[in-house]
Amino acid sequence: MVDAVRLYIRYAGISVRGQMQYRASFVMDTIGQFGIMGVEFIGILVLFSRFDTLEGWSLAEVAFLYGLVHLGFAFADTFSRGFDSFGVSVRLGDFDRLLLRPRSTALQLAGQEIVLRRLGRLVLAIGVIGWATTALDVDWTAAKAALTIATVLCGAALFTGLMILHATLAFWTTETLEMTNIVTHGGVETTQFPLSIYRPWFRGIFTFVFPLGAVSYFPALAILGKADPLGSPLWFQYAAPLIGLVFLLMCLRVWGFGVRRYMSTGS
Amino acid sequence: MSQIVVEDLVKTFRIAERSPGIWGALRGVARRRYRTVSALDGVSFEIEPGELVGYIGPNGAGKSTTVKVISGILVPDSGRCEILGRVPWRERIAHVRSIGVVFGQRTQLWWDLPVIESFELLREIYSVPPGEYRRTLDELVSVLDLEALLDVPVRQLSLGQRMRCDLAAALLHRPSILFLDEPTIGLDAVSKLVFRDFIKGFNRERGVTVILTTHDMDDIEALCTRVMVIGEGRILSDGTLEGLRESIAPERRLIVDLEEPDAPVADAEATVMRREGHRVHLSFDPRRTPPADLIARIASNHPVRDLFVESPPIEEIIARMYDEQRR
Amino acid sequence: MRAYGAVLSANFRTLLQYRAAAIAGFTTQIFWGFIRVMIFEAFFRSSTAAQPMTVDEMVTYIWLGQAFIMLLPWNVDRELHNLIRSGQVGYELLRPVDLYNLWLSRALAFRTAPTLLRAVPLLTLALLFFGMGLPESPEAGLAFALSMVGALLISCSFTTLVNVTMMWTISGQGAANMAGIAVTIFTGMVVPIPFFPEWAQTVMEVLPFRGIVDTPYRLYLGHIPASETLFHLGHQLAWTVVLVLAGRWVLSRGLRRLVVQGG
Repeated sequence: MVDAVRLYIRYAGISVRGQMQYRASFVMDTIGQFGIMGVEFIGILVLFSRFDTLEGWSLAEVAFLYGLVHLGFAFADTFSRGFDSFGVSVRLGDFDRLLLRPRSTALQLAGQEIVLRRLGRLVLAIGVIGWATTALDVDWTAAKAALTIATVLCGAALFTGLMILHATLAFWTTETLEMTNIVTHGGVETTQFPLSIYRPWFRGIFTFVFPLGAVSYFPALAILGKADPLGSPLWFQYAAPLIGLVFLLMCLRVWGFGVRRYMSTGS
Repeated sequence: MSQIVVEDLVKTFRIAERSPGIWGALRGVARRRYRTVSALDGVSFEIEPGELVGYIGPNGAGKSTTVKVISGILVPDSGRCEILGRVPWRERIAHVRSIGVVFGQRTQLWWDLPVIESFELLREIYSVPPGEYRRTLDELVSVLDLEALLDVPVRQLSLGQRMRCDLAAALLHRPSILFLDEPTIGLDAVSKLVFRDFIKGFNRERGVTVILTTHDMDDIEALCTRVMVIGEGRILSDGTLEGLRESIAPERRLIVDLEEPDAPVADAEATVMRREGHRVHLSFDPRRTPPADLIARIASNHPVRDLFVESPPIEEIIARMYDEQRR
Repeated sequence: MRAYGAVLSANFRTLLQYRAAAIAGFTTQIFWGFIRVMIFEAFFRSSTAAQPMTVDEMVTYIWLGQAFIMLLPWNVDRELHNLIRSGQVGYELLRPVDLYNLWLSRALAFRTAPTLLRAVPLLTLALLFFGMGLPESPEAGLAFALSMVGALLISCSFTTLVNVTMMWTISGQGAANMAGIAVTIFTGMVVPIPFFPEWAQTVMEVLPFRGIVDTPYRLYLGHIPASETLFHLGHQLAWTVVLVLAGRWVLSRGLRRLVVQGG
């Protein structure tokens, strides 16, 4: 385990140094990322200037939720991006190379590409969550602080799981997999607002199928001390982030299944 | 027991047949039709430690499928394979620790990084102890003359330089078996010679087993004591290069340069293959006709300027073998 | 003229081949549309105060946006980008045609082919099942159609301008990024312009970007009366002229640079 972490850090260092060779374009990309996110948030600000609440959620509360989701996603997006370009590397046969090395393939892939420019999203998410916290007057307890951190980390785990699922599909098809963006980016877009505003079938997708609500909406209720119109109990709101971890483990199992299939079909 | 034991490997691939157009694609989703292609059809061989084996065959004959199976990244349909006492695909991680692989067309080095950093990362991946790593690296750097290349980003290396670095990368963890897949493809003549010298020396001094697939028969001739030929999923021949020659193309060629052009050279025990002005190519069987006798007979009938005896080139032997297989 | 037509149709046919991408994009667009509709519905449920648009208008606005999303000049032509980066752009100069017009034709194909593929089926579905409304009146429909042509012109001349700036590799890429950001907000795609504070509205109504989304969609809704169509078409055309002139000027600077550097 320690060994794996060390190796990952090594990979990360290499990927970062690689990107630093193209410093100017790195700066541009980071600003671009930041800008795109910023524009989206400006949209939210504009809407709240017209409508004072969103079904009982104030701007600061939505901002807090927004920050939680985007922090988790930003971590996953920065540190597990190697899975994203996996389809291409399977087609080129580069995956064989990973199999020829005495390490877990998932670890090697995760480390392959650390996309620093995605840190633009991270910076914005931290900014938004920071602002929301000062504006909100939450009465912080150790449990709430721990829950916040757990939510972000488990959120990162869940999004990593989704990226692994996306990559696993490449073992079966060579078609473009733009569709999976619906779940990742669409999921971020969805869960940055309270789940309670959506229609039931839609809410169901992001609670039971791709449990993104577990690492955003439910813990946020507990932290902000809001009552849930959907009626979830407090213990569940505290336990929900664990679903993110479980999801990641399940996705890793599916990945292992995909790798075995690859090894028996050779394509 | 042998280091590598392969017994009766069978592997077929299913290839989805695609119908054209969007309806074809949709129909394909509902009921896909497959064509099966047999890549390995009962391949068996054993390799002892320290052997230097050439593995040759035309494209699609099953060469790379075999290499994938024994390197642990492809599971065969049936058959036995044990390498250093392990089943490669079942214990992939333990297995790949003891092998090194070089693909001629691809590099395993990180494109944007100086060579040395790729080496460092590989050290980490293979968990090579620092002391051992130092020693191996120093040795490889001096034998392969890498000193000046270590700080250069891989993308700036020439193909020959990159091949040397890739060789070092594959050997850093001191594997006991080395697979070379088309290693000399695209290399210039000098680089090829450097490569062959290195492999020969490394195999002799370290006892590393080397399995080499190639289309370059000069590689085979220069390096391999044993040659396995595969065609259509079966091993067609397995033995020394000389043995292969004896069984497939035992004849020798006598090439004679005459004083006068178009002389009617003929001999009962040799066939004339070609005449080009002063030069005549003859073919004969050295088991029946001792070369000295044949030469003496011809030289007594015609004034000869020069003559020499040679074996058929290996390309021709291989080609003949495939022809026989097909018939 | 025929040369540009050939370029246009060649690019068009290539783009039409990416059916899989179109289907994926189509599904994504519908999904996104639903998310946006539900978010806006929730906002409207939360307030009784008068809003610049009704919720039904908003739903129609969102589906129009999803249908014509590929018309937004927010991304660059990757192929052209690579052409410039690899230095192969030099070969484009060997063709006996005006480079600006050539690239404008490219942009036209680049924007219209994916739009046509997605817009027709998406609009059909949205009108039948997703609660999208018809144009407010026949005049509004006509005004919408006319202003979509204007929208296409602005979008393509802007795309070409951005493509041209990529001849300055690094700073050009940054500029392209910035342009993409500006476009998403200033067109009214993220939130319709009438929802913005007064001062922001004034600025956004002058800028060219509104011509791509805000103008045609609100004409469709009758939110901008059809009687003002001519004024808005004038706005679109005037900006198109400015963007074309700017694009030509930047291109000539870029080419000079290319020649000096020996590209």
